[in-house]
Amino acid sequence: MAKVLLEMKNITKEFPGVKALDNVNLKVEEGEIHALVGENGAGKSTLMNVLSGVYPFGTYTGDIIYDGEVCKFNKIKDSEAKGIVIIHQELALIPYMSIGENMFLGNEQGKKAAINWDKTHAEAVKYLKQVGLTDSSKTLIKDIGVGKQQMVEIAKALAKNAKLLILDEPTSSLNESDSRKLLDIMLELKKQGLTSIIISHKLNEISYVADKITVVRDGSTIETIDNPDKNLPEDRIIKGMVGREITDRFPKRHDVTIGETMMEVKNWTVFHPKYENRKVCDNVSIHVKKGEVVGISGLMGAGRTELAMSVFGRSYGANISGQLFLNGKEVEFKTVRDAIKAKLAYVTEDRKGNGLVLSNSIKVNTSLANLDSLASNMVIDKDAEYNVAVEYKDKLKTKCPTVEQNVGNLSGGNQQKVLLAKWMYADPDVLILDEPTRGIDVGAKYEIYCIINDLVKQGKSVIMISSELPEVLGMSDRIYVMNEGRIVGELSSEEATQEKIMSCIVKTGRGE
Amino acid sequence: MKNAVSIIRKNTMLIVLVLVYLFFTFTTKGSIFMANNFSALIAQNAYVYVLATGMLMCMLTGGNIDLSCGSFICFIGAVGGILMVNYEMSVPVAILVLLVIGIIYGCVLGYLIAYVNVPPWIATLAGYLAFRGWAVALLSSHSTTGSIAPIPDGFLKIFSGKLFETAPKTVNMICLITGIVASIIVLALNIRTRAVRLKKGYEADSIIALAVKSILAIAVILLFAYKLSLAGGIPTVLVWVTVIVLIYDFITDKTTIGRYFYTIGGNAEATRLSGVDTKRIMFIAYLNMAVLTTIAGFITTARFQAANSTAGTNFEMDAIASCVVGGVSAYGGSGSVFGMIVGATLIGVINLGMSLMSVDANWQKVVKGVVLLAAVVFEIMNNKNKSTK
Repeated sequence: MAKVLLEMKNITKEFPGVKALDNVNLKVEEGEIHALVGENGAGKSTLMNVLSGVYPFGTYTGDIIYDGEVCKFNKIKDSEAKGIVIIHQELALIPYMSIGENMFLGNEQGKKAAINWDKTHAEAVKYLKQVGLTDSSKTLIKDIGVGKQQMVEIAKALAKNAKLLILDEPTSSLNESDSRKLLDIMLELKKQGLTSIIISHKLNEISYVADKITVVRDGSTIETIDNPDKNLPEDRIIKGMVGREITDRFPKRHDVTIGETMMEVKNWTVFHPKYENRKVCDNVSIHVKKGEVVGISGLMGAGRTELAMSVFGRSYGANISGQLFLNGKEVEFKTVRDAIKAKLAYVTEDRKGNGLVLSNSIKVNTSLANLDSLASNMVIDKDAEYNVAVEYKDKLKTKCPTVEQNVGNLSGGNQQKVLLAKWMYADPDVLILDEPTRGIDVGAKYEIYCIINDLVKQGKSVIMISSELPEVLGMSDRIYVMNEGRIVGELSSEEATQEKIMSCIVKTGRGE
Repeated sequence: MKNAVSIIRKNTMLIVLVLVYLFFTFTTKGSIFMANNFSALIAQNAYVYVLATGMLMCMLTGGNIDLSCGSFICFIGAVGGILMVNYEMSVPVAILVLLVIGIIYGCVLGYLIAYVNVPPWIATLAGYLAFRGWAVALLSSHSTTGSIAPIPDGFLKIFSGKLFETAPKTVNMICLITGIVASIIVLALNIRTRAVRLKKGYEADSIIALAVKSILAIAVILLFAYKLSLAGGIPTVLVWVTVIVLIYDFITDKTTIGRYFYTIGGNAEATRLSGVDTKRIMFIAYLNMAVLTTIAGFITTARFQAANSTAGTNFEMDAIASCVVGGVSAYGGSGSVFGMIVGATLIGVINLGMSLMSVDANWQKVVKGVVLLAAVVFEIMNNKNKSTK
């Protein structure tokens, strides 16, 4: 039996009024990849913050036994000195600095007063090779893709002499092929003896890469599942996470009749707003019918978000050409307001960045896109506004004490519901949902799917952009596959499979 | 108990204001509490309330400020002085011309900031330099002393002095009656708001809270009315300040456009993608600022009864400080007219109190700097506490 590298014993961590961790036990053996799974707010991140010294010794109870000794970390530097390195979900790289500079930030090579840049870059290249990157260490971070940035983060951790690597949602912003690369690097590093802990919502990835899977629920560890053959069924993990069997991850739609064509985009071409010669959408033609859910699948950077935003009142792109039809009539939107008035809604993929006003209340966010309907002569009827917010809170089962609560204090799933509420209140006929379930847990996902089903039942049309293939397959009536700005395939729900979608992408990718 | 803590936390600056006032009452042996000092407090600070109202609207959009307003006040004074004194233009026409100049400046500034994307502090820094220079150049070429006086009586009557003035130490009845009427209106509004909320089943204040709130508000109003009535009557500028403050309180609290100022400060991109013309709002913020600056220019010119080359010096800082001390976020998205009033009054009281104590003017600046910093640090700590609980 392999040696136990890390043992966390009876860890309890309380925040005022909340027990975030309750007697948690975790055992990680040397040289294994150990996965932590659980719904949002289950306590995974808190546990890792305890381990890495973000919450100093004394603010929690229980013991951390690492490499045979009890550790008392007071700050992150303490845990890093022992070789425990955490890579957080949000990348912490500085865009206008080079890969090498970033890798040795806080760990500068040479003397205190004189950084040895030659050594820095030589060392950087060495570690970059280990994670399969051949880029020059002098390349600026902003010039490499998100996938490579994540690799740089890992190389940075290795440069710190990591023995235990903790990855918090490393693939949440990566597309399928980049994710796969990252997981393969993890397996490669494991062969070289590195131990890692991975936190992820993507269960297929976990079952592909992890040796053991520990399920966390409501601040407690529920079970640890062995995964020797790397083929543990996802449903088995989900069962542990939610405490019940999910027989259907995607709710069935009943009594929905698909009607006439609602919206049609013809020969839509969009250029990049900064690099004027770059086509981000190239001659795209798509349509959506009444009561239909149309999925748009593709890799990150395929031009899906750009397509949606350029259709939505030209909120993205330059030199847009093409035709847009709503209910058979050609329309032209000059502003976002025009698009909203014509009953189109775009629910962004980036709810914190450009979806919600986090410092304002649920009420203010719910009414924002349709505030005029609650006002006469610009004076807001505040009572009516409050009622609307409560109505949508109940309808979408948003969990919050009152609608006066700031959106910034809600969990990801509830924020997503507020964002949906805002656009549902704008009363659109066509909703474009961009990654509607990104970063939210399994239970909340199911609820979002139910909301989508309700919408099409009311005769609305939904265009769903998603990078998660099972979701696209499970929810769509029809699927467009997009790659490099073009539509490269259209599949009905009956014929679509993950393999067919991927082959559409791969074939066209090679043709270039 | 928890209630008390949250009430104290919400009204910290108000409590600080009362404590500071009591402190000065003590150190000045009650002279700050004398009738003519009540009047002086209002006369001296009227411009701050007007400017800070405009600054509040700019700051809400994302911590944006206007550095040019002090210089522009000087410029408005200079042009006004030349028009009314040198060219003997009639007062109403001169006011109209000055307002048009203010609107033109506001449009140019708003256009540059909203549509050309010039960072506000740079665009207004240019105005800060240019208008001061221009104003001084105008004043020195149109007068021998660098100051134009006397400003016509008609102008002074509108922007300074007292309404229905009576001799000091005699009671001005109109002032008292106005105070009583205002008290009755405040009481009626408080009761009505609560009744409407209860009727519709919303959360409303308890009877005790309502009573305490109303009594405090009425006490302040009546105290002011009484003191002002002994000091000759209602200062004309108080009417201007009250009207402006009420209008902007309504705009920020109850209108769609006011709401957009907050959401842009909170998340400009989300607001834009919700169909709001965010550029137009930015434009309006600076146009509005220029118009209010023009009015503050009238008040300043009337107070000194002359157009001076030093008029408006550091006024922009007073306005920004009032907002920040009053809890307006330096990053945008939060703040209120009421908070701004408390902040401006606090700084005004500190100024007045230190003058009465004959503290050296240089040390007064040091004290104000420390107060400003303390207010911001306090605000940040307060928010931190709130988020961990």
